[in-house]
Amino acid sequence: MPKNPNIKKVMVIGSGPIVIGQAAEFDYAGTQACRSLKEEGMEVVLVNSNPATIMTDKDIADRVYIEPLTVPVLEQLILKEKPDSLLPTLGGQAGLNLAMELEEKGFLKENGVRLIGTTSQTIKKAEDRLEFKETMEKIGEPIAPSLVVENVEDGAAFAQQIGYPVVLRPAYTLGGSGGGIAHNYQELVEILENGLRLSRVGQVLVERCIAGWKEIEYEVMRDSVGNCITVCNMENIDPVGVHTGDSIVVAPSQTLGDKEYQMLRTSALNIISELNITGGCNVQYALHPTSFEYCVIEVNPRVSRSSALASKATGYPIAKVAAKIALGYTLDEIKNAITGKTYASFEPTLDYCVVKIPRLPFDKFISASRKLTTQMKATGEVMSICTNFEGALMKAIRSLEQHVECLLDYDFSGLDHDDLLHQLSIVDDRRIWVIAEAIRKGISYEQIHAMTQIDVWFIDKIAILVEMEQWLRTEPLTPELLAEAKRIEFPDTVIARLTGKTAAEVKAMRKENGIIPVYKMVDTCAAEFDAETPYYYSCFGSEENEAEETRPEKKVLVLGSGPIRIGQGIEFDYCSVHSTWAFKEAGYETIIVNNNPETVSTDFDIADKLYFEPLTPEDVESIVDIEKPDGAVVQFGGQTAIKLTESLMKIGVPILGTKAEDVDAAEDRELFDEILEQCQIPRPSGGTVFTCEEAIEVANRLGYPVLVRPSYVLGGQGMQIATCDSEIVEFMNIINRIAQDHPILVDKYLQGKEIEVDAVCDGTDILIPGIMEHIERAGVHSGDSISVYPAQSLSQTTIDTIEEYTRRLARSLHVKGMINIQFIECQGKVYVIEVNPRSSRTVPYISKVTGIPIVKLATKVIIGETIRSLGYEPGLQKKADYIAIKMPVFSFEKIRGADISLGPEMKSTGECLGIAKTFNEALYKAFIGAGVQLPKHKKMIITVKDADKYEAISIGRRFEALGYEIYATRSTAKVLNENGVHAIKVNKLSQESPTVIDLLLEHRIDLVIDTPTQGRDKNRDGFMIRRIAIETGVNCLTSLDTANALLTSLESGEKQNLTLVDIATI
Amino acid sequence: MKAFLILEDKTVFSGTSIGSAREVISEIVFNTSMTGYLEVLTDPSYAGQAVCMTYPLIGNYGICHADMESEKPWLDGYIVRELSRVPSNFRSEDTIQHFLEEHDIPGIAGIDTRKLTKILREKGTMNGMITTNADFDLEQVTEKLKAYKPTGVVKKVSCTQKSVLPGDGYKVALMDFGAKKNIARCLNQRGCQVTTYPAVTSAAEILADKPDGIMLSNGPGDPSEVTDIIREIRKLYESDVPIFAICLGHQLMALATGAQTYKLKYGHRGGNHPVKDLQSGKVYISSQNHGYAVDADTVDPDIAEVAFSNVNDKTVEGLRYKNKDIFTVQFHPEACPGPQDSNTLFDLFIKMMEVKKHA
Repeated sequence: MPKNPNIKKVMVIGSGPIVIGQAAEFDYAGTQACRSLKEEGMEVVLVNSNPATIMTDKDIADRVYIEPLTVPVLEQLILKEKPDSLLPTLGGQAGLNLAMELEEKGFLKENGVRLIGTTSQTIKKAEDRLEFKETMEKIGEPIAPSLVVENVEDGAAFAQQIGYPVVLRPAYTLGGSGGGIAHNYQELVEILENGLRLSRVGQVLVERCIAGWKEIEYEVMRDSVGNCITVCNMENIDPVGVHTGDSIVVAPSQTLGDKEYQMLRTSALNIISELNITGGCNVQYALHPTSFEYCVIEVNPRVSRSSALASKATGYPIAKVAAKIALGYTLDEIKNAITGKTYASFEPTLDYCVVKIPRLPFDKFISASRKLTTQMKATGEVMSICTNFEGALMKAIRSLEQHVECLLDYDFSGLDHDDLLHQLSIVDDRRIWVIAEAIRKGISYEQIHAMTQIDVWFIDKIAILVEMEQWLRTEPLTPELLAEAKRIEFPDTVIARLTGKTAAEVKAMRKENGIIPVYKMVDTCAAEFDAETPYYYSCFGSEENEAEETRPEKKVLVLGSGPIRIGQGIEFDYCSVHSTWAFKEAGYETIIVNNNPETVSTDFDIADKLYFEPLTPEDVESIVDIEKPDGAVVQFGGQTAIKLTESLMKIGVPILGTKAEDVDAAEDRELFDEILEQCQIPRPSGGTVFTCEEAIEVANRLGYPVLVRPSYVLGGQGMQIATCDSEIVEFMNIINRIAQDHPILVDKYLQGKEIEVDAVCDGTDILIPGIMEHIERAGVHSGDSISVYPAQSLSQTTIDTIEEYTRRLARSLHVKGMINIQFIECQGKVYVIEVNPRSSRTVPYISKVTGIPIVKLATKVIIGETIRSLGYEPGLQKKADYIAIKMPVFSFEKIRGADISLGPEMKSTGECLGIAKTFNEALYKAFIGAGVQLPKHKKMIITVKDADKYEAISIGRRFEALGYEIYATRSTAKVLNENGVHAIKVNKLSQESPTVIDLLLEHRIDLVIDTPTQGRDKNRDGFMIRRIAIETGVNCLTSLDTANALLTSLESGEKQNLTLVDIATI
Repeated sequence: MKAFLILEDKTVFSGTSIGSAREVISEIVFNTSMTGYLEVLTDPSYAGQAVCMTYPLIGNYGICHADMESEKPWLDGYIVRELSRVPSNFRSEDTIQHFLEEHDIPGIAGIDTRKLTKILREKGTMNGMITTNADFDLEQVTEKLKAYKPTGVVKKVSCTQKSVLPGDGYKVALMDFGAKKNIARCLNQRGCQVTTYPAVTSAAEILADKPDGIMLSNGPGDPSEVTDIIREIRKLYESDVPIFAICLGHQLMALATGAQTYKLKYGHRGGNHPVKDLQSGKVYISSQNHGYAVDADTVDPDIAEVAFSNVNDKTVEGLRYKNKDIFTVQFHPEACPGPQDSNTLFDLFIKMMEVKKHA
């Protein structure tokens, strides 16, 4: 069936800010789908509040709105743009929920907009727990005994009936928010109350616990005439009980026979047919490990994280095909873009093994529980490909960039047999390391399986890796042993560690003996057909290399940014992709190396060649050996790429743009101080240290408070403000848990206004697209601050100074390409606090609001153009017509035990943008986009530290004027009342009821303002209040600056009609 | 022990011996199924061939004898990248290593199976030798390989005696050219009483038993070679008993009615082949295993029409015979291994018999 001629203008809803459970995969899916729609001649209207995405580029859609994703905004946008169709299946759960609301209230019908790619009945059948259950029963697909409840009493009664443990799953939430396993009545009440509140429809499913069964997923596609295929299946190494987003996943399934494989495949096809899905769908199963019994766990009637993984694992572009199906095409009419010969009505077959490992944020939230549950906690993931499972696992481990490169790197060797058995029962992110240690200690497969329920097949594979460790330790390193170690992907560095040789010696021995990797293609068809798309992975021990060196005139290696983590997010993928496009435009052959399956950069048609590989020196060097690029660009791939600079230079790859020594100069304290001195630019005084004693000495010399941080990190990892010696000790110990190659910096902490600039420098001239000012004072990480463009409160002198300092710094550092500088203005004086000679997380947002394609300009400058030759006048560019406010978005509710207070270490997972002609409207949009929709009940709690009490008075007064009823803890209440702000005193946690907690649990509170004591908060009350606020869905602010901004927004009144800005016209 | 795979084009792969250490010459083909290695091993259609599995990890879930598609493995040799040292599945009764040894199947592991697949794809199916003798003379071996042609495979794999699988529904005569067990099982599950006949059974003998329907099975080898069987099938065609045929059976019926078959460059072997029902426009993902195909241009339009075609290469995947209750498919609706999407074709056959009986 050809495409539907009535579809001409399609609106696509994006997924909004990156949060845990809804991340970069939707930018990948949305971008691919929009390109596919445009390919078909559609006019595409895109709406997404997330400015860091590639999908919100004017190259991707015809009309682009970076607006809050709310029903009123979408209604207004539909009236303005009059699309004939709405495609809601690409924006994750958020997009789907919004489309449902618009459909349910009849708005779409009234305005002649058809839903394409799905129907509201489909969504309901798949997402509404009751309808889903009925649908599955109708077609005889088994599901675990369950009941949808709307209150705790019913839930408890049902749990009693089916027996504990029970699983609780709230309806219509993402990443399994608010779900969990309850083992007893108390746990049930706790999780259920929370889940009911988080569910959009106030429903939670209580079901039989099938924890420990195999978790298997199928990705299925179906077209409008009912043709179905499965793209692939995946097996979770972690059995049911761990959210699939937090599980180690292998594709295809490894321990299923054809009978089980086909049984579940047939079931998945029956389900997608019954749900009448047109597009992609994900079905999750629990399969009993010792019988053919299975249960359908969940169906996602849309593209998902798993579908992104399946696309990258197989080469089958699910989002692209889903978009074409939505337009009316059938699977047999859509060409398989990888082979160029076969059609989309074909099931990919793999001749390799894929492993995905989640990237968990416990390095950021060290106080949080590492336990993995049905509530997703991962911020991102890595994927690896190899011809054997052991190799794929090893490659994935070193792709994580978590200081692990083998199964020895979380050290459990101190545990004895019994401790290990206990540790095996703990389900956390280090479990495979515990299993490895258990094998080393001689614990049997059966015992390990009994404790973990992990299939013996996987345990044996870990054992193979452990045996190799042992051989390398005890046997002479023969070429045969080396070849076998490389076949299962032991990196040279690990072989060196175990054999007592150096990595260079291991490498030399490899080369002498011809032990080098070859590259194989991901082609969807196991080589049955000749494929056109160069998508490669490496393996050792194979003969034929398929990645032949090409000899174009110019060839560039673009290094990606690895897994999405707090501090290094989707922004860097945006930069890598745009840089790749700019190189292509300039006639370069482009090669991307990356390991993140969720991103646009690893889509098969972004670069000329894609290497899906770990980003370590050894892995990159092997690619260089084959490709021999003319140069590599590292300044767009975040810290991941920057860290590879030195090793690239060592193997003779020219670094395009700013030179490595200049990058070093910006990070190396002494060199940098010299440059600042030459440039006559002040910075807060400080020193470099390695030990705790040195740190205390420097801190006392500078006077507290001081800022302590490691060098060469992103997102302020490990950065803290210390107010006393004991805090220095605490922070230094945390930093030094990981051996530091570089000194630790201790600086005087200045509390001033923070200002940020991204600039392009061609060696002579600079171009500053704009100056951004942070709402929060210095001390809150720039990624967690509300950022305003153009800066609103700076004097012309300050602006001139910033421009001048930027120019001097860029020139002194010989920057060619991007530079990002953070300044503090304190008592009229401008200080530099940080310089990054690379692309930063603000680049996408500032590009979009100014209309200046910064990455493209930087790339062109890198390859020899000048700012003037590109048609730009150097210097600070004219202010745009719009004010844009970037609002950080956090995922604190997902991470049990994480401290939410803002500080120098970044904690936000994503961001949204408010863009408008006026500051107030931009601010309003930014808050709405971040989900802060007030007022509701007009009740709030204020509890601030002593230093903030004075400032709290005016804040209290302003909230009071807005009609808020204020509750405050003893001393805050006293100060407020004494100053004429009526505040009701509430008890602290330790005091008698009703306490602050009781108040929060009544669900009548709009907002908590809680400023933690300086430095690390040791006040258990404050921590508890903040956690409970977050977990009960109450907005919680920990900076008075943020509170003031919120007040400004609230005082300017609710906006009925927002001006919607098409950023494609900027 | 080291083993070598030597191809007709003089490519030599060196790997590790698995299964039997004896030397074998065979036609080398590849199969792209990711699961179902035991079904592949025991599919009689692979008689006369050595099979390379493109999926690199084989043996993961061990051997469950109930999944065997015939009494023993019929293939000449087995080529894999890696055999799992520990099988893991609740139904596993044996390891694949032991299974190959027990049945004296020679094989080779540890080779670049993707390279081999690409050679077969580019140059077409060719002969090869699996040997553990390192002192082979490449010239001599390739001479031998070029001269080799497997013959008589159908008669080798077919049963020698009639047997009956009881059922109280329709009586189906199953012509065993190397039938996979699941064909009889699919019919039996639908109530049929399935009588299996040796491939060389005459049409007269079968028709004398008055079956409600005749099922022509899959099987190995070049279809045009078995002229005696084709002659008998012609007679079955001329009867008015409903006939359903799979794979080799489909090719033989085409040959019996005047069409021609030809050898595909490298065949279709795997569980992911899209076939389109030209009447409904619906596409099924099918299980396939064939090296020959019916030439659409030689099908007399008065006798039959193409009912199914392959979405990828447009080859004939099924024929519907005119004015006859006969339809035949190139793919495997009985699956095992592979997708069960087209399993409903057995229902269609039942329907045909029902209509006929009540006509």
